Amino acid sequence: MSKFSGVDYFNIDGLLSEEEILIRETVRDFVESEIIPIIEEYARKGEFPMHLVGKMAELGLFGANLPSEYGGSDMNNVAYGLVMQELERGDSGIRSFVSVQSALVMYPIFTFGSKEQKRYWLPRLAKGEKIGCFGLTEPDYGSNPGGMVTKAEKTEGGYILNGAKMWITNGTIADVAVVWAKLDGRVKGFLVEKGMKGFTAPEMKGKHSLRASVTSELVFDNVFVPESNLLPNSDGLKSPLMCLNQARYGIAWGVVGSMMACYHSSLTYAQSRVQFGKPIAGFQMTQQKLVYMVTEITKSQLMNLQLGRLKDSGQLRFQQVSMAKRNNCDIALDIARVAREIHGANGILDEYPVMRHAANLESVKTYEGTHEMHTLIVGEDITGLPAFN
Amino acid sequence: MNIAVCVSHVPDTTTKIRIAADKQNIEQQGVSYILNPYDEFAIEEALKLKEKNGGEVVVISAGGETSKETIRKALAMGADRGVLLKTNGFVDSISLAKALAEEIKSNGSEIVLMGKQSIDYDNSITAQAAAEILGYGCVTVCVDLKIDGTKVIAEREIEGGREVVETSLPVVISAQKGLNNPRYPAIKGIMEAKRKPIAEKDAALGKVHTVLSELKLPSAKNPGRIIGTDSSAVPELVRLLREEAKVI
Repeated sequence: MSKFSGVDYFNIDGLLSEEEILIRETVRDFVESEIIPIIEEYARKGEFPMHLVGKMAELGLFGANLPSEYGGSDMNNVAYGLVMQELERGDSGIRSFVSVQSALVMYPIFTFGSKEQKRYWLPRLAKGEKIGCFGLTEPDYGSNPGGMVTKAEKTEGGYILNGAKMWITNGTIADVAVVWAKLDGRVKGFLVEKGMKGFTAPEMKGKHSLRASVTSELVFDNVFVPESNLLPNSDGLKSPLMCLNQARYGIAWGVVGSMMACYHSSLTYAQSRVQFGKPIAGFQMTQQKLVYMVTEITKSQLMNLQLGRLKDSGQLRFQQVSMAKRNNCDIALDIARVAREIHGANGILDEYPVMRHAANLESVKTYEGTHEMHTLIVGEDITGLPAFN
Repeated sequence: MNIAVCVSHVPDTTTKIRIAADKQNIEQQGVSYILNPYDEFAIEEALKLKEKNGGEVVVISAGGETSKETIRKALAMGADRGVLLKTNGFVDSISLAKALAEEIKSNGSEIVLMGKQSIDYDNSITAQAAAEILGYGCVTVCVDLKIDGTKVIAEREIEGGREVVETSLPVVISAQKGLNNPRYPAIKGIMEAKRKPIAEKDAALGKVHTVLSELKLPSAKNPGRIIGTDSSAVPELVRLLREEAKVI
C-alpha cells in the first residue's frame, strides 16, 4: 500500500501549531514502523505487544499532558488528541493501552492523589516501569456505575475491599489498579497493587474485538488496602466520571485514526482493483462511498479540533465530549463497514486493516459510555429532561 | 566537543513532483517537506557523540523560512541550537559548502556531520567541498564511526564491501544509511525544542559557480512488453535482458 501521509481535505493543518504537527508526525512514523508491521500477528494471537511499552514510554506518550515535574511534557490537549488519533490508526487496542495509562490511571493519581502517591507512581507510570488499570465497571453495573456493589470497609490502618470489576483493560498486566468502591455508601478511589492478598486479575478470553489488548476481571476477596492507598481527594461518582471524560475525549480523537486507516486502504484498493476494464474507483457507487468517508473524516477532524481548543482554554463541557465520542465512534464503525464493502471479499482478510478496525470499533462504540448513554447525556443537556433516571 | 550537523529541508519521498511555470521550481501545493533522511543519521551520530563526550550540537541549514521546521525537528531530537543561513531559490553546491564552512569556522566545530547527499538535488558534493574549504579531513559514505580523543576511525561503504579509514580531528563526515538507527524525537524533546534558539543570518554564498537553467521531468517510461506467458518465453527473455536491457 502507498505510504500514509494523512487525510487533510480542508487544510486543517493550517490550524495546528508547528509543534502539534511535529508531535503527530513523530507518532505517525512510530505507528508506521513499529505497530502496523506487527499488529495483525498480535491480533491473531490475541496478545498485547508488551515490547511496545518501553518504546512508547521513550517517546513520552504516557501522561504527556501532565506537568514535567511528574514525568509528563506539559503537552496541550490538541496534541494529546493527535497522539490518540495516530495510535488508533495503528490499532484501537494500542490506543486503549495509552488511554488507560494516561487518562484513567495517571490522571486520577495526579488529580485525586496525595503528594506521596503522585511522587511515587507518576514518574514510574510515565516511564512504563509500572502499568496501571482502572476498575469502575462491574458485571452487573455498566451504564449505571452508581449502582456498584464493590465496597470498602474501614479497618485499622486501612480498608478491606470486597467485590469484582469487569471489562478492565490492562487488568492482568497491571502493577496498580485505580479501583472505585463504596465507603459508607460514598464512591472513593483506591490504589490496589498487584500481589495484595486476596486480589486477582484473571484475563477474559474469547474476544472477537480488541484482540491485541488485555481485558480482565478484577476480583477482591477481603483485600487489605493501607490507608496510604486511598486517593484522598476522590469523592463521589463525579471523580471516576471526570476520568472517563478524559478518556472519552481521547476516544473521540482516536477513532478518527481508524477512519483514516480504513479510508486510506479503501482509496488505495479502489484505485488499483480493476473490474470491467477499469479501477473500481472509477465507478459511481465506489466514489460515493469514498466521498462519504472523506467528508465524515473532515467533519470529525473539525469537531475534534474545536473540542481540543475548548479543553485547552478551560471551556469544555462534558456534554460536548459526549457528542464527539458518540458521533465519531458511530461514524468510524460505519466507515469500517463501508470500507469492507469496497474491498469486496478481500476486506475480510487480515492482509488489509479493515476487518480488525471494524471489530475493534464494536468495543470502542460501547466502552467509556455506550452510544445510547451519550445520546441521552446530550439529550438531557438540550432538553433539560433526563431520560435515564 | 563542538559538533555541527548540516541538514536539508527536502520534499517528502512520496511527493509527486510537478514543475512550476517558471521551470525554476517545483509546484509547492500538496508538497510536504521532511528532514533529509540521510541527515537523520548524521544527527543521531552527533547526539551519540555528545552523550558520550559532552559538548554542544549545533544544527545548520541553508534555505528559506520553512527550513526552520527541519531545524526544529533536529532540536526536538536533542540538538542544542540551530542556525538558519537564509538563501533564496537555487544555490549551487560549492556556494552552499562555502556558506556552511563559514558558519562552521565561526562556530569552531571540530566534528561536522551531514548526510551523504540530500535527496532532492542529489549532488553529493557538499561534505567534500566543505571539508576542502575548511581544511578538515573528510570521510564520506560513513557506516561506522569511532572517535577517541582526536583519532577518528571510520568505516565507509564501498562497492562489494567496506573500507576502514583513519584520520584525525577536525573532520567532516558524510553519513550513509546503516550508521545508526535514528531516534524519534520524544514529546518532551518536541516541547523543549520551541525554547531552543534558532539564529538567522544571510548565507555567505560568495561567487556563484553554477546557475539553474531549467527543471525538467524525466522522459516517460516506455510501455512494458509481454513476450510470452509460459516457460517457452524464457530464452527470449534472457536474450532481451542481456542484449537490450544489458542487466545480466
